[in-house]
Amino acid sequence: MTAAPAPGAAQAPPPPDRTPPAAGRKRRPAWDEVPRWQIYLPLGIYLVFTLVPFYWILLFAVRPAGSTSLLPWPMTTAHFEKVWTERSFGVFFQNSLLIGIAVLVMTTVVALAGGYALARFDFRIKKGFMLALLCSQFVPGALLLVPLFQIFAELRMINSLGSVIIAETVFQLPLSMILISGFIRNVPYSLEEAAWVDGCNRFSAFRIVVLPLLRPGLVAVGSFAFVHAWNHFLFALMFLSSQSKQTIPVGLNTLMGADSVDLGALAAGGVIAAVPVVIVFAFIQKWLVTGFSAGAVKG
Amino acid sequence: MASAVTSPPQAGTPQADPARRRRRTGAAPRRLPYLLIAPAGLLMLGFIAYPVLSVFYYSLQHYNPTKPWRNGFAGLDNFTRIFTDDPHFWGTLSFSLKWVVVEVTLQLLFGLALALIVNQTFVGRALGRALVFSPWAVSGVLTSAIWVLLYNSQTGITRYLADLGIGEYGTSLLSDTATVFPAAIVADLWRGVPFFAILILADLQSVPKDLYEAAEVDGAGRIRQFLHITLPHIRDAIVLSTLLRAVWEFNNVDLLYTLTGGGPAGETTTLPLYIAHTSVDAHNFGYASALTTVAFVILLFCSMVYLRLSKFGGDGK
Repeated sequence: MTAAPAPGAAQAPPPPDRTPPAAGRKRRPAWDEVPRWQIYLPLGIYLVFTLVPFYWILLFAVRPAGSTSLLPWPMTTAHFEKVWTERSFGVFFQNSLLIGIAVLVMTTVVALAGGYALARFDFRIKKGFMLALLCSQFVPGALLLVPLFQIFAELRMINSLGSVIIAETVFQLPLSMILISGFIRNVPYSLEEAAWVDGCNRFSAFRIVVLPLLRPGLVAVGSFAFVHAWNHFLFALMFLSSQSKQTIPVGLNTLMGADSVDLGALAAGGVIAAVPVVIVFAFIQKWLVTGFSAGAVKG
Repeated sequence: MASAVTSPPQAGTPQADPARRRRRTGAAPRRLPYLLIAPAGLLMLGFIAYPVLSVFYYSLQHYNPTKPWRNGFAGLDNFTRIFTDDPHFWGTLSFSLKWVVVEVTLQLLFGLALALIVNQTFVGRALGRALVFSPWAVSGVLTSAIWVLLYNSQTGITRYLADLGIGEYGTSLLSDTATVFPAAIVADLWRGVPFFAILILADLQSVPKDLYEAAEVDGAGRIRQFLHITLPHIRDAIVLSTLLRAVWEFNNVDLLYTLTGGGPAGETTTLPLYIAHTSVDAHNFGYASALTTVAFVILLFCSMVYLRLSKFGGDGK
């Protein structure tokens, strides 16, 4: 911790702007003059690779059974109705949503506290703790199923959504904390200290000064946690035994029985599974790249 | 708990003082960092560290709930069996390594290319980025579901290709040992490349633009600029995301479990998938734990390489 800054340090003047590039510059610099076709052609090819699978699943979801048309016409909602009610995707959807939101909130709050400690303090077990965070990245969740199952059985949490929420949160925490502490490090400490001088305590200084600046990073971390919890499959499969507690990925998996696949139902289920994450993605994608570069895994 | 153990007594401070300060600012500053990491630390102790230790413990036991008469201390039996007498271990391990190497190499190459492309300024960049990155949000089971539809022998892509005279009707890419590996690789690339590209793009944006201007003045072409400016700058990001990704790909069970179920004929069973089968289907928890321990040692080795290369945690704040 540095000493209290001189009054007014909070409004440190922005660094003087460098003189704008000479006005008469004709050529664009080389990194910007890649021939257009060298951008659009490979991007187009990759776009086809990306979008065909999406189109395929949409097509199968709205196409009447038995049709082989490659155009989604005539359309039917029969597959969706069947999956939503008969295959209880409505229930799965609720469960997944509940798990996703709970994991999002818990991960963000817990990682925010931990990340703040890692970014702003030197303390004795800090290095060990960082090392533990990193090592935990190498612990495969799938390999811990049995002991985790026993723990949750001991806690009488088998077949309750709580078990999955805890397990997903724990496995999201390390990376989230590393990312968030990176974001906090990017906020100058002097801003906080200035707020103390103005009468804030540590908590209110954090809330008023730092938190607003963290928003893009928190959105990235939170949505990352949500998407993971929404998509992850194994914990729900193992810890939730009754069908009324199951999640979307498990439901999808049961639709995928080897040969006798009801393709329309599978496609409709897939679309239902994709909708929330695609919405989340559309909402955050502009922050995603900045989020990662700010908090990056650079340590 | 950590705070109680490690927080040093505050020498020379009257007993009442820390308490008063705690009331005012939330917590005594010395304890504050421990209080802040306590929730995360406790969760990780209880649900990662303790399970890891109990896996080590069970690896030395015969433990199978369906065969209770055999349970008990096993010494190193499980381990000797893994290395000398297991028909599946070496096969699944080598498939795991093959899977990780092929998958991560391709993801890196495509991801780097994709990141370089969408880092350019061009009309429609925002939309282009959003579209090519979108499979990032989709994962595991949903990826399988999509590709099961695409690879389906009756109504999948091969049927429509056969209509065009390419290949034969009724080809099932997932049940033929010759095609299942490339088919699974392509499915995993679909969602893996965007993630790689996002990480690399994040780092590409931190390369100072004036370096390129300087290189421009010196007459360096695009290829030399890439080799001498871009690549050295993003080298760390590439090394880190590659290693992190390798471990994730090694550990990931969702995709193969649902796409191929490890088949046909165990052709696509990775070590973690084999472990899942051993514990969940065969209930052989002791042996599965020993397999887990071996996998863990392999991964720990990777993590040490990772630590070396990243110099992680070196310079604190």
